[in-house]
Amino acid sequence: MFMALATRGTDHRPSMTRTLWGSTIGKKTVMAVSGLIMLGYLVAHMLGNLKIFFGPPEFNGYAHWLRTLGEPVLHYEWALWIVRTVLVVAVVLHAVCAYQLSRRDIAARPSKYVHKRPRAAYATRTMRWGGIILALFIVWHILDLTTGTAHPGGFQPGHPYQNVVDTFSTWYGNAIYITAMLALGLHVQHGFWSAAQTLGAGSATRERALKTTATALAVALTAGFIAVPVAVMTGVVS
Amino acid sequence: MRLTLRVWRQPDADTPGAMVTYGIDGISEDMSFLEMLDTLNEELILAGDEPVAFDHDCREGICGACGVVINGDAHGPERTTTCQLHMRHFKDGDTIDVEPWRAGAFPVVKDLVVDRSAFDRIIGAGGYITAPTGSAPEAHATPVPKPAADFAFEHAECIGCGACVAACPNGSAMLFTSAKVNHLNTLPQGAPERETRVLDMVATMDEEGFGGCTLTGECATACPKGIPLPSIAAMNKEWLRALRAAR
Repeated sequence: MFMALATRGTDHRPSMTRTLWGSTIGKKTVMAVSGLIMLGYLVAHMLGNLKIFFGPPEFNGYAHWLRTLGEPVLHYEWALWIVRTVLVVAVVLHAVCAYQLSRRDIAARPSKYVHKRPRAAYATRTMRWGGIILALFIVWHILDLTTGTAHPGGFQPGHPYQNVVDTFSTWYGNAIYITAMLALGLHVQHGFWSAAQTLGAGSATRERALKTTATALAVALTAGFIAVPVAVMTGVVS
Repeated sequence: MRLTLRVWRQPDADTPGAMVTYGIDGISEDMSFLEMLDTLNEELILAGDEPVAFDHDCREGICGACGVVINGDAHGPERTTTCQLHMRHFKDGDTIDVEPWRAGAFPVVKDLVVDRSAFDRIIGAGGYITAPTGSAPEAHATPVPKPAADFAFEHAECIGCGACVAACPNGSAMLFTSAKVNHLNTLPQGAPERETRVLDMVATMDEEGFGGCTLTGECATACPKGIPLPSIAAMNKEWLRALRAAR
């Protein structure tokens, strides 16, 4: 039996990486995977933060343990630097893909409708600005509590408990942090669900479970992170 | 019914267009939206004006030729095609905005008519099966599991009208392309080209300048055939599978 196989499949195909990076679905896959890596880190970070409620020795001890993690196989702070490297790569890939896809999306709809009506949910519409707010927040957050460059008062390396209390004793520290955490919740709510769809996990039967998981993650992260400044403001942590 | 219409008028692709206001009277609520536009055009022709150009063909909601954006909604307020939308969904005295599909990949040809040949090129890239021509094969020669048949049929309902692209804030053709990919990739007849189909159709979709999917869900809400949003996830899964398989 003769069949005309005149498909493009008989041509030479570009490499997997090239196809992935050159396609909208591929770039979204990169965004989904990098986003899930960051999400996993955030869950661990939020749970670690909650140790502040058990007092300075436990919180500071936990911070020290993070630096000795993996010893003696790893050197002091190596585990932390591995995590930081993975996170920087994830953030950069996530941002580059978001920028390129956004430019493409805006170009794909050059003229707007005259008749305006509200479109999409708030979390969906604020993904781009929310992402920019989070990026700016991360810069401030690192300068404030990792390097201490933008820290109010005397930054004490090795004493995160006191540093956290100092930051949340200022009005702007609370304002920036709480705003960013609300943006984070919105970003995670649409982001987690979107990542699941992009990676092909979405289906009609799983729709409700995925949306519920996304909302639960968003609420847990936002509430868990905001608990710390609220505790400092109310004097529970001082 | 007496209505005020604000219709996008654009003489050709190169001349800028604008919304033009028309008053129209004597519209029956049993008319379809296209019959209402026909009535407007009859009046325009009698007055010596240029009639409003719009695409239409079967007027039964099955061909996918018609489609305009009515008050910001692709195909208007009901989940159906513009030809099957009846004037009873509007009130006497309403002002109705009528605009063409808006997307970079769908340039306006004239008034409410847009060039949707980008969809044809996506189909040309893989929206077919390879089979010997001649007499029709025996229908029961290739068994198709019931769930696969149902899933394929749900996506085969796509009429390629372009409402998904028109409704999407990114002008994305993901719902259309996913309908075609899922329809053919689910069936045994489509299996030989399962990988090349999804890779080539998605590549062509990107080349045509459609935007990416940000899961706003506007497409599935606008789709007159009810192609569901998870279809996009199903295509993403096929694409990632093909990327690994087509080595």
